[in-house]
Amino acid sequence: MLRFALTLLLFTLAFGVLSSSPVFSDLILAKVDRRIDLTSQIVRITTSLKVENAGSNPISEILLSFPENQAKHLAYLTATLNEGKGKGKASSGAGLPTEVVIPKDVPDSLTFYSVSLHKGLGKGESLLLDVLAVFTHALEPFPEKISQADIQLLLFQDTAHFLSPYKVMVQSVAVKLPEARVESYTKLEGTKLSGSELKYSPFHNIPPFSYLPIIIHFENNQPFAVAEELVREIEISHWGNVQVTEHYNLFHGGAKNKGEFSRLDYQARPYVRGASAFRRLVARLPPRAHSVYYRDEIGNISTSSLWGDSKKTELEIEPRYPLFGGWRTAFTIGYGLPLRDFLFESDGKRFLNFSFGSPINELVIDTLIVKVVLPEGSKDISASVPFPVKQWQETKFSHLDLVGRPVVVLEKNNVVPEHNEHFQVYYKFNSLSMLREPLMLIFGFFFLFVACIVYMHADLSISKSSASYLAKVQWEEVQATVQQIHNIISHCLTAHDKLEASLRDLSRTGDVQACKATRKSVDSLLKGVSKDLKPLVTFLQSSPQAAHILPKVEELIAKERDLQERLMAKHTTVVDCYEKKLGGREIENRIASNQQKITSLRQEVDDLMEFIDEI
Amino acid sequence: MNQRGKISSQTPQLQLHSPAPYHSLVFSISKSHSQTRPLRFSQPPLTLSGSQTLPAAVALPRLSPSPRLASTLGFTLNPRVASPPAPFSWPSMAASDAPNGDVLIRNAFGSVLAFLILLLIGVLAFSIRLFSVIKYESVIHEFDPYFNYRVTQFLTKNGIYDFWNWFDDRTWYPLGRVIGGTVYPGLTLTAGTLYWFLHSLNIPLSVETVCVFTAPIFSAFASWATFLLTKEVKGVGAGLTAAALLAMVPSYISRSVAGSYDNEAVAIFALIFTFYLYIKTLNTGSLFYATLNSLSYFYMVCSWGGYTFIINLIPMHVLLCIVTGRYSSRLYIAYAPLVVLGTLLAALVPVVGFNAVMTSEHFASFLVFIIIHVVALVYYIKGILSPKMFKVALALVVSIGLAVCCAMVAVIIALVASSPTKGWSGRSLSLLDPTYASKYIPIIASVSEHQPPTWPSYFMDINVLAFLIPAGIIACFSPLSDASLFAVLYIVLSVYFSGVMVRLMLVLAPAACILSGIALSQAFDVFTRSIKFQLPSLSDHSHIDARDASSENIVPDDTIKTDKSEDTPKERMTKRSKKKEKEPVEKPPTKFQIKKRLSVLPFEASIIAVILLVLLVAFYVVHCVWAAAEAYSAPSIVLTSHSNDGLHVFDDFREAYAWLSHNTDVDDKVASWWDYGYQTTAMANRTVIVDNNTWNNTHIATVGTAMSSPEKAAWEIFHSLDVKYVLVVFGGLVGYPSDDINKFLWMVRIGGGVFPHIKEPDYLRDGQYRIDSMATPTMLNCLMYKLSYYRFVETDGKAFDRVRRTEIGKKYFKLTHFEEVFTTHHWMVRIYKLKPPKNRIRGKNKKSKSKTSSTTTSKRKGTRRNPF
Repeated sequence: MLRFALTLLLFTLAFGVLSSSPVFSDLILAKVDRRIDLTSQIVRITTSLKVENAGSNPISEILLSFPENQAKHLAYLTATLNEGKGKGKASSGAGLPTEVVIPKDVPDSLTFYSVSLHKGLGKGESLLLDVLAVFTHALEPFPEKISQADIQLLLFQDTAHFLSPYKVMVQSVAVKLPEARVESYTKLEGTKLSGSELKYSPFHNIPPFSYLPIIIHFENNQPFAVAEELVREIEISHWGNVQVTEHYNLFHGGAKNKGEFSRLDYQARPYVRGASAFRRLVARLPPRAHSVYYRDEIGNISTSSLWGDSKKTELEIEPRYPLFGGWRTAFTIGYGLPLRDFLFESDGKRFLNFSFGSPINELVIDTLIVKVVLPEGSKDISASVPFPVKQWQETKFSHLDLVGRPVVVLEKNNVVPEHNEHFQVYYKFNSLSMLREPLMLIFGFFFLFVACIVYMHADLSISKSSASYLAKVQWEEVQATVQQIHNIISHCLTAHDKLEASLRDLSRTGDVQACKATRKSVDSLLKGVSKDLKPLVTFLQSSPQAAHILPKVEELIAKERDLQERLMAKHTTVVDCYEKKLGGREIENRIASNQQKITSLRQEVDDLMEFIDEI
Repeated sequence: MNQRGKISSQTPQLQLHSPAPYHSLVFSISKSHSQTRPLRFSQPPLTLSGSQTLPAAVALPRLSPSPRLASTLGFTLNPRVASPPAPFSWPSMAASDAPNGDVLIRNAFGSVLAFLILLLIGVLAFSIRLFSVIKYESVIHEFDPYFNYRVTQFLTKNGIYDFWNWFDDRTWYPLGRVIGGTVYPGLTLTAGTLYWFLHSLNIPLSVETVCVFTAPIFSAFASWATFLLTKEVKGVGAGLTAAALLAMVPSYISRSVAGSYDNEAVAIFALIFTFYLYIKTLNTGSLFYATLNSLSYFYMVCSWGGYTFIINLIPMHVLLCIVTGRYSSRLYIAYAPLVVLGTLLAALVPVVGFNAVMTSEHFASFLVFIIIHVVALVYYIKGILSPKMFKVALALVVSIGLAVCCAMVAVIIALVASSPTKGWSGRSLSLLDPTYASKYIPIIASVSEHQPPTWPSYFMDINVLAFLIPAGIIACFSPLSDASLFAVLYIVLSVYFSGVMVRLMLVLAPAACILSGIALSQAFDVFTRSIKFQLPSLSDHSHIDARDASSENIVPDDTIKTDKSEDTPKERMTKRSKKKEKEPVEKPPTKFQIKKRLSVLPFEASIIAVILLVLLVAFYVVHCVWAAAEAYSAPSIVLTSHSNDGLHVFDDFREAYAWLSHNTDVDDKVASWWDYGYQTTAMANRTVIVDNNTWNNTHIATVGTAMSSPEKAAWEIFHSLDVKYVLVVFGGLVGYPSDDINKFLWMVRIGGGVFPHIKEPDYLRDGQYRIDSMATPTMLNCLMYKLSYYRFVETDGKAFDRVRRTEIGKKYFKLTHFEEVFTTHHWMVRIYKLKPPKNRIRGKNKKSKSKTSSTTTSKRKGTRRNPF
């Protein structure tokens, strides 16, 4: 309240000083209509001005002035020329360019914006100008701290007279309030409160820089969602996706909660005991948004719902807990969008056309940082934004980047939904660069495998002449040789089995010829084998490392020979007997002694084989 | 079963080759289509030839898998197999080239198949653990993982040196905790390394993502390590089976689902890999592996306190080997470097430090270290002395040695006895004496995972493996090698330990998988072989032909080999023989066929057995998937319930933590029971009084005392600790059973253990814990009761507690020293703020009054010496 009184004092002072200053120009405001919208936390003041040139010189700019306490909350200002007849809001054309100017001979407590007209306003001519000024944080909660059950009351202060460097002929003010309940308001002559609309009746012939403070104290339980900081990251992938990630740092900007929070009360009567709190926000995402997520740093937040049609996607998010005055929360929402909806090409340049502000309804953003991450290898980057922003470039490293992706950063303070205009980022990009990362991966794996193959094939021993290395090599040769001998002998044994098998066949079928044929083939096989065996044995004999194996090997070969001979003898005997058509018992008797030897020999050979195999 | 089957079927097969009368041969051949019969007839002569053929049959399991599954992985890249042998050098044998190539291709195929199977096992191990991510979300689970996550965040942000020096002032207020010196850094460093590696490749995964997926990645590694270990014990087939079993064993899944970012996740891999390297060293006698083994042991020490299991199991195995006369130089190489290097390395880990030589858990290894040296010396002396001299020397040494040993043992016992817990830490003592903890340390007994497991939990956690383990043990005894002895010892010990503490089921799981893998693979081996040799198409007659054909095939193959190896350069030879043990050598077919045919079981029986085994394994798989999906994937910070109108999500914990984190001052202190300490520091980033690292019993007891005191006394304790908020977990509204009221008795017990004015019987009515109208006044007036049930009656008018299933005793009361500042949506977490002291002068008066009246000395000390 003290602060309020101070500002009041200041303006009375300013008014006193200014009233004596000279008339600013020859313009006269014939009619001023102000409509103040206080239904949400964002204050929107629409002023329609009828400007007349009473002087002789054509005038090309019109000054708009705001007191300091409003100017610092001013988030958005446009002025449009209203050429249509009547009161219809047919403001034609784009907004006129406005800029801050500091004219001479005016006090510091006023901020001036100049609206430049396309063509000068000649003598005696008039025009209609619609000015929309949007303010944030212009509503002060009073009392500043309330308990859970209290309603939220707000103070709004403004001037009843239109503060302007020009003379105003006729002026009216209409204030639109959210609810019928008004705690108090400055009563002036002819003030009318009807329903939720407060009207200050026409004022006539207001001198320049006149200021008549009014204060409205009213109830407003609208969500006061304020994003302290919002970082929007828009990442373009030329594989067909625009990924948007928005990090919100949100708080309730209304009257602060006194501390105690009873869930019981809140759950029992949420709209009475918690009227000032808000529990959900609605974000309108572009159509065809996919892979939407909503989380914070400790994980997914499960209270959200999503629905959409061909025109929009609506995401309703609910923070983890209802936000009472002064409570904070932080979360991230992210979604993917089809690239073709937002990326276009012109004059050999690509450009991204994307909306600047947050998709969440009626959200005030104190600091908005928009980062546009362009694909790696983009060149000639420029951004065009319809209003002044801070702009610089960064580099971001992501997914296998080598030089990093260029990032265009746009920063703006005090952002309101009116700023949801499209901005463009122009850049040049060669489509072939898209293939760089897949190729990198392919070659990476390729070289990995090549390296593996090379490693498996190369001998990485450090010294090839050291004694231990040579000994090792020799030992390996010996091993290999022994292995070969082992193999050969095992083939001999197979051949023996074949012989035995042929004998069995013989006993069954009596086919002597087949048996003989087998014998012949086995004979030739064994002969060849014994030839192979010789060089191997000589090698073993010559090698010093094989000294302790050699006797075993030789024993094996000798035993095998013996076995072979006995088997041949047995075979011959049996075949002979069959040719002589002797009885089974007779044959058995004849080969009995041989058979025993063969069995024992076979056992020994097997044992030796196993021993050699162990080496 | 396996073994007997083999022996019983030897005799008839031998008879085929023996000089039996031809007509009897004819008989057996004619009956060959129903071979079961001669088998049964010939059972009696079993004993006659059994002694001779036993070694051959016994050698079978080790050798038989090699031609079947060809070989291992390294083989795939072997030049000899990769390049087909030059067939044109033998034009005359051109006809047999195709089958020759066939053999090679089959071998190569086998190893590629094994490789692919391993790869798939890795994928399986990874993906079965993703149920938690798919069903819930990618989030860190439970309690301890949040601490690890927080440490990892610190590590990635501040670097390794800051990590070692990190003094955490956000926990154990006002004491703080030296994190760098009290944490097992293995897991954190692993995830940190993973994170740095990914970021050096510019792959921007968040720390959380890396942490969530560390456990599944390491379970894939663990299953590969299991393959290696089992391969060393029983060959490739058993290895693959064991790896597949481990990949989905529920016990391990419970600790390594995605998000369960706990020490055990990497420690089990380290454990198995250390065992593998030990066995590998034991089998090869290579110092290289011995060194690797101690490095792996170092990693294990870094990762988990369970490393003491290794350092006790390996010495036991060494001792067992020595006792059973299996001492060899390989054993020495496997053990001695591990003790020396391993102990040195272990002492480098700050949290272990000098414990590596000073606590009793490590003494066994040193004792065995001495013994193995004595044994080595004895063997050496035996080698250089004549037997007579040796006997004399033995008598001399034994008498002197005994004296020295007695002296040393006396010294050690004296040293151990002089330390308060006899040199054993509480957890280890409770391993040896399960009743120790519940008797003396309530804080250990209060942890649910320190309770002994129940029988159902065995079935839940290892399922059918429990029944396969005995078969595996039997398989390990045929033949008994050093490696299989180790497997047996491992299972026996881990079964014992798992019976003591449910947490150690985790150590049992790999052992169970290894032995079941061995059992399954041996069983399949026997049955499929029986089937293969008795398929109608392979009847005896044609079989011999087949054998002929195969022997013909082999011949050119070998001659080619001979030819080739003669002109291969020396390097090739080195390379090849380096992998000699991996390379499948063309074994003489005859011998194998004899042996294979020795162990043939009845055809029908084999088929049925195989089907039953497949069913058993299928049951296991179904159970594992169920366990992974339903039982173990819940992150426990998000709860869900299914009701008629769909899925309900209870996200109250995070709601409360998020509220704390955003709406309280950064330096506010939050008091809660220690269970929620880690989560509060990690998620809410607020200073806590006690947390899950229960290192200071007194501090926990202080909080316990405060919770069990009346409001005013509690306020004083909390105020003296500078606490601003008190957090309680309350499940009464929605029926969440593990809330603070159910844990309250432990608070009383732990508090009473330090502050004797808190007496457990005061809170019990006739020995029963109750909160209804029969409850004691002490119970109804304690802070925990009040904070939990504050205004609870207004929800339904009756104050019906859904967990305790009763109406509460005291329904209407007001809080005078606390105010409710936040309660979550389902009332599961309630946060109260301490009201500021009303009037300083009055407060002082009250304090002095209370000093004289009831409060204990310790509490007075707290209020008087309030340093904050």
